[in-house]
Amino acid sequence: MKIELYNAMLVDPEVNSTYLGSIAINENRILAVGSDAGNQNPEIRIDCAGKCVAPGIVDIGVKICEPGERHKESFQSAGSAAVAGGITTMVTRPDTLPAIDNPETLEFFARRARASMKVRVRPVAALTKGREGRELSEISLLKDAGAVGFSDCDSVVEDTRVMSRCLHYCSQRGALVIGHPQDPGLSRGSSATSGRFASMKGLPAVSFLAEKMGLERDLALVELTGARYHADQLSTRAAVEVLARAVQSGLDVTAGVSIHHLTLNEMDIADFRTFFKVKPPLRAEVDRVAMVDAVADGTIKIISSMHTPQDEESKRLPFEHAASGAVALETLLPAALRLYHSGDLTLSTLFRALSLNPSRLLGQETGRLAAGAPADLVVFDPNAPFVLDRFRLRSKSRNTPFDGQLLQGKVLRTFVDGQEVFRASDEGAQ
Amino acid sequence: MSLASRHLLGIEQLSIQEIFLILDLAEMYVELNRQSVKRADALSGMTQINLFYEPSTRTQASFEVAGKRLGAHVINMAIDASSARKGETLIDTAMTLNAMKPDLLVVRHGLSGAVYLLSQKVNCAVLNAGDGRHEHPTQALLDALTIRRTKGRLHGLTIAICGDILHSRVARSNILLLGKLQNRIRVIGPRTLLPAEIDQLGVTVHDSMRDGMHDADVVMMLRLQKERMHGAFIPSEREYFHLYGLNARKLAFARDDAIVMHPGPINRGVEIDGTLADDIKRSVIQDQVEMGVAVRMAIMDLVTRNLREQFGDFEESGR
Repeated sequence: MKIELYNAMLVDPEVNSTYLGSIAINENRILAVGSDAGNQNPEIRIDCAGKCVAPGIVDIGVKICEPGERHKESFQSAGSAAVAGGITTMVTRPDTLPAIDNPETLEFFARRARASMKVRVRPVAALTKGREGRELSEISLLKDAGAVGFSDCDSVVEDTRVMSRCLHYCSQRGALVIGHPQDPGLSRGSSATSGRFASMKGLPAVSFLAEKMGLERDLALVELTGARYHADQLSTRAAVEVLARAVQSGLDVTAGVSIHHLTLNEMDIADFRTFFKVKPPLRAEVDRVAMVDAVADGTIKIISSMHTPQDEESKRLPFEHAASGAVALETLLPAALRLYHSGDLTLSTLFRALSLNPSRLLGQETGRLAAGAPADLVVFDPNAPFVLDRFRLRSKSRNTPFDGQLLQGKVLRTFVDGQEVFRASDEGAQ
Repeated sequence: MSLASRHLLGIEQLSIQEIFLILDLAEMYVELNRQSVKRADALSGMTQINLFYEPSTRTQASFEVAGKRLGAHVINMAIDASSARKGETLIDTAMTLNAMKPDLLVVRHGLSGAVYLLSQKVNCAVLNAGDGRHEHPTQALLDALTIRRTKGRLHGLTIAICGDILHSRVARSNILLLGKLQNRIRVIGPRTLLPAEIDQLGVTVHDSMRDGMHDADVVMMLRLQKERMHGAFIPSEREYFHLYGLNARKLAFARDDAIVMHPGPINRGVEIDGTLADDIKRSVIQDQVEMGVAVRMAIMDLVTRNLREQFGDFEESGR
């Protein structure tokens, strides 16, 4: 079936521009795109009324709580939240119960994903067994079973020798390692960033330098082993400076940032609000600004949701004991658009970090608005204002820091593989 | 007159006027407490629950005496932190107690912010008797009353706070209160026991007692938890005493009329020399305990005035 989306503001991260035009889809591929892409004799024509069309979001670092904690999030709930948020590929985390550290668990996971969701899933598997930082996972078997990367998530491999072996082994197998830069000793037991705010509130805190130290260790090991390395999320200016120097010296490394570290700072925690407890902790405003700048200048390549569902009980605790993490599949795009509305980032820069770069990092064809690319698209109105009500989220868990906040940006339609998988309820019939 | 907030959660939320309101009323209760018949009726018929998640003898007793002298029914609940972790959550406990319709809930908890969390789930007035490393407002207020009574004023003083600032809620509340009233606050201690960016809280940081206590009007010593050796905060008690323990020789750096304060309980020979602690010419430690009861009576009187105004008919029917 041929579909044409016309009168659309096309957000093309590859050529770094946003322009009015149309895009034609044939079956599961993009047929033509541009200001003169009409006349493809489509069966369905959709008037986008000047709204934006961008390549669907490829979100690295989504936690789906299967197996183990299905009451927090299931494939089904995560899938419907993702498409409602304009996410067309979820790159999932292995920090489940048990961890996804063997091909059998991975196959179960992939089968459940296929059966329950319309969104693409690309799983990341655990770097070490049980994410315990002691024994290597079966890297090669997991890779054959579909793992696109290897990570122990927020559990840092403390033993440097083990980490160096992981990187050596993955280097040889051509596997991508996704690290979590954090000095484990300094950050142990902390729940905020040390500084005036944490000192006032009496919260056990970790210096922002712990991230820089963790990154420096990992980068030294990358230099030693030649592994492909991506830092899952940086959040401090000091770490970005280290990354920039490493890239400048020719090291093949990339890094991401979570949407929360781009749009919130430590002061948002205010009176111990646990929905603002994330890992790494929210930073000072200077760090947030540095992260936005780093996305703008391309030092930070990827923005992700770091979607981490937590049930009410695990958040209704004193701050130190409350669980970390926030749901973000449905708020990733509207929160990211804050940076567009504030004039910090252009739409094409945003989608470079949301769609194009993560696709490239994982060797996927998606993330582009180009003839021949998979038809994974999001149609959205970047200006539509709304007040977020967390109880209307599609995720099973509602732990969002944006509850009650005014956001702008609404997903109207989402296409995965040429199929419309989401349409906003108030969007007219085709 | 009463307080703007239903609860007393910290010094941070108090205005200068409210601080003076509490202290002035406390003066009255100091007089009452020195009578042989120490009875008032501000809390007559009310129920006060002391909910302590951390072991406490002194603070709990002080709140209990204060409540009883004001005519309240006082119930003490001590909850062992380890068993609390296994069973009922803080919020469930709060809701359970709330259903018993107390008028006052006095709460101490080992985690910063826990008392604030609990206060959001109950209808009664909540008094923070210490939450983690965050705040201990009644201690700061009783310290303020003690200083005002001995120094004659509560502004323009040089106050040295010495010891484990990092883990101390007493230090935080005192820095907030004495800072609001335009005093010069100095903190003295090993770097391992000072919070990050403490200098941004309006205090100056000093590495030695000689430097930090120079010309001080008030010397406030903090308790050193004996288990601090294990976290590599300090090498030994004797080295700590050598550097930061208060004795007559170090006190000589301060003004001749400087007073010595300590929130208790004292580790004699660790943070303060035993003889000095007992020297009634310099040490006001016993006065602090006395002021503690009066200040707590004043606060309980004030926060329940809020409640009595909220349920207007109580005033007539209750008295």
